[in-house]
Amino acid sequence: MLIKQISIFVENKPGRLSSVTKILKENGIDIKALSIADTKDFGILRLIVNDTEKAVSALKNADCTVTQTDVIAIGVEDKPGGLYDIMNLLNQNGIGVEYMYAFVSKPTENIAYVILRVEDNEKTISVLNENNIKLLTSIDVKEA
Amino acid sequence: MAEYWDKKIECAPLYEIRALQSFRLSQTIRRVYENVPHYRNKMDEAGVKPEDIVSTKDLYKLPFTYKQDLRDTYPYGLFAVGMDKVVRLHASSGTTGKQIVVGYTEKDIEIWKECCARAFIAYGCTKNDFMHISYGYGLFTGGLGVHYGAEHVGMTVIPVSVGNTNRQITIIKDFGSTVLCATPSYVLHLAETMEDMGFTKDDINLRIGVLGAEPWTEEMRVQIQEKLGIRAYDIYGLSEIIGPGVAYECSEQTGMHINEDHFIAEIIDPDTGEVLPDGVQGELVFTCITKEAFPLIRYRTRDIAVLKREKCSCGRTFIKMMKPAGRSDDMLIIRGVNVFPSQIESVLLQLGNTSPHYQLIVDRVNNTDILEVQVEISHEMFSDTVKSIEQQENIIKSAVESILGISATIKLVEPKSLQRFEGKAVRVIDKRRIK
Repeated sequence: MLIKQISIFVENKPGRLSSVTKILKENGIDIKALSIADTKDFGILRLIVNDTEKAVSALKNADCTVTQTDVIAIGVEDKPGGLYDIMNLLNQNGIGVEYMYAFVSKPTENIAYVILRVEDNEKTISVLNENNIKLLTSIDVKEA
Repeated sequence: MAEYWDKKIECAPLYEIRALQSFRLSQTIRRVYENVPHYRNKMDEAGVKPEDIVSTKDLYKLPFTYKQDLRDTYPYGLFAVGMDKVVRLHASSGTTGKQIVVGYTEKDIEIWKECCARAFIAYGCTKNDFMHISYGYGLFTGGLGVHYGAEHVGMTVIPVSVGNTNRQITIIKDFGSTVLCATPSYVLHLAETMEDMGFTKDDINLRIGVLGAEPWTEEMRVQIQEKLGIRAYDIYGLSEIIGPGVAYECSEQTGMHINEDHFIAEIIDPDTGEVLPDGVQGELVFTCITKEAFPLIRYRTRDIAVLKREKCSCGRTFIKMMKPAGRSDDMLIIRGVNVFPSQIESVLLQLGNTSPHYQLIVDRVNNTDILEVQVEISHEMFSDTVKSIEQQENIIKSAVESILGISATIKLVEPKSLQRFEGKAVRVIDKRRIK
């Protein structure tokens, strides 16, 4: 139920995003979802990709600082209040969200995919399951 | 296994060393007075004649030689022999200002080989060792200096020089290098790259490290010894005096024995020039007493160190210099506080999960000095949340501030992004000087 996310340390200087994405291109890595956290001096580029192991080793070989984190991917109904329902559910169960971001989904499905990074993955998954929220597997993400 | 290269001199009683030094000093002074106008003028100005210098006790009468003297007489003005006797030239890297040129006669090269050979034998090297030299070859004295010394011992020398770290590791593995000679910062880089390539210390045969050409800390030694499974020894030298081999550690690893039959060391107060007693920290000053081509007299090294003459368990009687605490050149005065880059290095190594690759950037904004410490981020400290990275920055910040006593900003930078010059790390960028 957990998805591997890659985080990359990116200094705030011209050309860094371009060189990181170039490494991914040269290794045939397809980016499924991404977000950037930015501070004054550095950013953290977070990626969900089709081949995590390959991406991590390519980035490490190029001297990038990389870490892997388990995150949760869910399907959210694409309608007003769809995200609220889930946030409210997490809040009521005392689950704090570190960060989250949305990514591409099939237009036919009327579902938005969202990546969630929480403190307690196990608890979150059981709360989501109890409430019939759709959890995505890594295969779903690769095919998205 | 031989414990000494030249036991008779390395373990000579102090009175013998003093007698030898006094004799060689008086001869050298006579020679430079006759052959080098620059020294003659300086001695005349100070009112000292060669006949005033009969023993090491008279050393204090002689004027100091500064790096500026070398620049003023560039390129050959301080040479004490004709160029027909000079068989080799080296030059400093010129990282700070104009480069300087040093020369060697055939006999000088012999002396240099002897000095390095003494060091290698003290580290436990034998002629069965394979010495992998990652010092730069060329005008830099590092590469060729240790190369000749290692051949003199009879080791199998692998002259790899700098660069191409992956290839260096392949050579260490395939050629079976047992001794590695490099700058300490490069050795750490090698160790990290080796880990990235999936090798451990069990895959290599290295047993001894010969490390020098830049200041390093005890914490760094511990890390290097653990990572590579070697004993890491310090070798000290500077091109102006001869190159590597001026002083060397023994099995005790508690200071470097100075080759006193060739070089006289003094510790002075860098501000007043007054000679300080053994055991007191100050600036190292060297006088060459055997070199023919380029015998420097009372040369101000700018290295801050302590000299100790005490009985050493290795049996050597040569005086020991404690690892230089830094260079008075490197010493920064920031908001009136003395800061040595090595202090930052100790902090980073004590924290454990940081890399010891750092750079100090000092600037002046609105008439106030500001210090920024850039640290290369390690995999261990990186995380996917800004919060935890900022926590790491704050831990470094408080540790740095508590040791320096002044505030500093910490900036994490990407691995291997900090400047390295011929394998030497560039530790300080002082923008105040540029303005």
